[in-house]
Amino acid sequence: MALQDVSRNAGPPKVAFFNDPKIRGWAYQIVLLAIVVYIVVVGLENMFANLRAAHIASGFGFLEDTAGFSVSQALIPYTQGDSTYLDVYLVGLLNTLLVSIIGIVCATILGFIVGVCRLSRNFLVRGVASVYVEVFRNIPLLLHIFIWYFGVLRLLPSPRDSVSLGVFGLLNNRGMFVPRPVFGALSWIPILAFVVGIVASMVLLRRAKAHQMRTGERRPIGKWVAALVLGLPIVAFFIAGLPLSFDLPKLGTFRPTGGTTVLPELISLFLALASYTAAFIAEIVRAGILSVSTGQTEAAYSLGLRPRTTLRLVVIPQALRVIIPPLTSQYLNLTKNSSLAVAIAYPDLVSVFAGTALNQTGQAVEILMMTMLTYLAISLITSAGMNWYNAKMSLAER
Amino acid sequence: MSGIEEHTDMSFVRGEMLSEAAPPRSGDGMLHWVRRNLFSSWINAIATLIAIYIVISILIPAVDFVLIDGVWQGGGRKVCLTQAQGGAQPNGWFGGCFAYVRTYFPQFIYGLYPIPQRWRVDVVFVLFFASLAPLLVPAAPFKRANIIFMLVVFPVTAFVLLTGGHVGWNGFLIAGSALGRSFPAFVVDYLILTAVIMGIAYAIVRGTQGNPKPVLLSIGVVMAVLLVLVAITAIDFGLPYVETARWGGLLVTLVIAVTGIAVSLPLGIVLALGRRSVMPIVRLFSIIFIEFWRGIPLVTVLFMASVVLPLFLPDGVNFDKLVRALVGVAMFSSAYMAEVIRGGLQAIPKGQYEGAKALGLSFWQMMGNVVLPQALKIVIPGIVNTFIGLFKDTTLVLIIGLFDFLGQIQASFSDSDWATPVQAITAYSFAAAVYFVFCFSMGQYSRYMERRLDTGHRS
Repeated sequence: MALQDVSRNAGPPKVAFFNDPKIRGWAYQIVLLAIVVYIVVVGLENMFANLRAAHIASGFGFLEDTAGFSVSQALIPYTQGDSTYLDVYLVGLLNTLLVSIIGIVCATILGFIVGVCRLSRNFLVRGVASVYVEVFRNIPLLLHIFIWYFGVLRLLPSPRDSVSLGVFGLLNNRGMFVPRPVFGALSWIPILAFVVGIVASMVLLRRAKAHQMRTGERRPIGKWVAALVLGLPIVAFFIAGLPLSFDLPKLGTFRPTGGTTVLPELISLFLALASYTAAFIAEIVRAGILSVSTGQTEAAYSLGLRPRTTLRLVVIPQALRVIIPPLTSQYLNLTKNSSLAVAIAYPDLVSVFAGTALNQTGQAVEILMMTMLTYLAISLITSAGMNWYNAKMSLAER
Repeated sequence: MSGIEEHTDMSFVRGEMLSEAAPPRSGDGMLHWVRRNLFSSWINAIATLIAIYIVISILIPAVDFVLIDGVWQGGGRKVCLTQAQGGAQPNGWFGGCFAYVRTYFPQFIYGLYPIPQRWRVDVVFVLFFASLAPLLVPAAPFKRANIIFMLVVFPVTAFVLLTGGHVGWNGFLIAGSALGRSFPAFVVDYLILTAVIMGIAYAIVRGTQGNPKPVLLSIGVVMAVLLVLVAITAIDFGLPYVETARWGGLLVTLVIAVTGIAVSLPLGIVLALGRRSVMPIVRLFSIIFIEFWRGIPLVTVLFMASVVLPLFLPDGVNFDKLVRALVGVAMFSSAYMAEVIRGGLQAIPKGQYEGAKALGLSFWQMMGNVVLPQALKIVIPGIVNTFIGLFKDTTLVLIIGLFDFLGQIQASFSDSDWATPVQAITAYSFAAAVYFVFCFSMGQYSRYMERRLDTGHRS
């Protein structure tokens, strides 16, 4: 009986169209789409009405207008009353990238040191590293920035009584005054030599690696690489007749003269970003090293590898696979967090473009959209690179 | 061989006990521990010395700053200035001016909330922590009642207490135009809306050949509870109205953090489900929403909430500054929450989904009864970590001119009665200590839950 019934109804079950999950799904989605479109359209209509009422012209034409304010730090030529708002955007973007990149480099170095110290067998070293991590990551970043800027750098002496850092320049409450390199006419020769040295040593390393793969023999090329990368530029530097000199800062009446000024805003933002992010990186590094099972180390030892070789060839490559993805997201966080510069008026993208330029022009929608899209682009490009790296490094599992 | 046989009278068993040998000289004791742990090698010894140097060079000035040189009593900047600066302290003195922190302490907690009304804030704080504590202890009973209190009773109570209640609701549909701005008009319109919703639900349920009774009943209960809650906010309890511009300090920090988490949790669940949905449009919208908010800094979100959001609203509609910041923070944190919850959803083995489907459960039954209870439990540590991040991020609202805990401290610097060179560093060390206590204890709780939930078996 039962068997007969089943064989008779073998075709797809007949369901009313409103009970078909597929049709229902599309109905829900169309409703959702309609709601979203409705909200966007109403919002935009309101926006245009409000802008008309406030007599603000929309569009990106304002980027061609000249900006009538000065910027305290510009990596590209910028003159008040002559440069355009587009220049302001570029100045801000470059300042953001500057503080992000030096912050990332220093946070990585500090984070790796602290992370390794967290695993030290030395009780004191481990304790200091743990206290560092807990204290630095449990205090808001904005407070870090304020402590460095209003708490520490304000307590430095006035320019008249600057602290001398020897060849590194002067330090006072107006910032750090460092020597400015002055390049001579022939300074392209050592730079070219440096590039040639790097290319040549890369070729050398590849050939040595191929040789080792073929024969199992290691060629002692360390000396040659050092000579090519360091020696060649130094020799070229002397041959070209020492084309580099430094303009040293000297104590002046009101502020030091000569040299380059590093803004106190930049110093405090950099110190805060690097020390805060280093605490997170330290935890990532610790987790990464712990993720490599002890069996790997033991197996390497039983194969006769020395501790240092084990670390370099067995532990670190496997730990990096775990470390790199969260490390990238910390780099992105640091870049996004650099926008806190606005609180102490370091001229980054948000402070100088979404702050000053916005107030001057009133083009809130356009300026904030550009700012957001810039950060979004940085994020998406980094994640794309990250995914590529992940795909390359991921284990080929069976 | 033969030697032994010759001396058969010799005993091979010792007759008396041996006295205990002294332990190896460096085998135990504190000295040994120090040598083995701290000075096992040259590098280790140098590291130990550096660590000791760091500890000493931080600890001694810190103790000096707080305890020895710290000023805890006094009523004015004179007690915190050196003689060269025109004050009472000896030259070269460098200590914390905690007398200033003590004077300003109420403002750091309540902002400019009117002093006779501050008991209202106290009641909200007590209610909050009293209902939160039993939620955090896994062994405490009445979890369900506690959660209902936390999600339904507490927000309304807090709202009425903090603002003063007595909200002037008015009609929004037909009765609104007929009766004008009055609460009865609102009730009439609300009932019309309820009837419309019930009608639609009835039509859908009848169309799918289901039983409409339980659906209508649950809609009715939800709408009735909502109406009661709305009615409570409309009652005049005789509490004076306190505008949000007067709120400040820790109050604002907690309001933003708690509202942010309360909104972002359900929104995050919806977004996480949306991102894993099989419906392409729903998935696309969820991905765009999540990646957009995660890709931009919170500062720009707050700028947008304070500058651009009013532009998108019709003329005449205007939000409070605090509410605008809340909207921005809630959107931002729900994107992060969605990713945390997505991690939990992915960790649930496929068999759970398949088993639920095999039992004939619908999508929402499967999610609500099988998957989400397990997934949310796994991600409790992640949720707490998101909350810590949110708590720290509330400091950013000072950039758009709200006075949270840090903002209130920053604002107190303008008082010339207490302006001294040590004022900033004192206030910041106090703020750092407060934030540290909050965030560190939450972090420890998160770790405790992680250990508790780690059952040892992974799927």
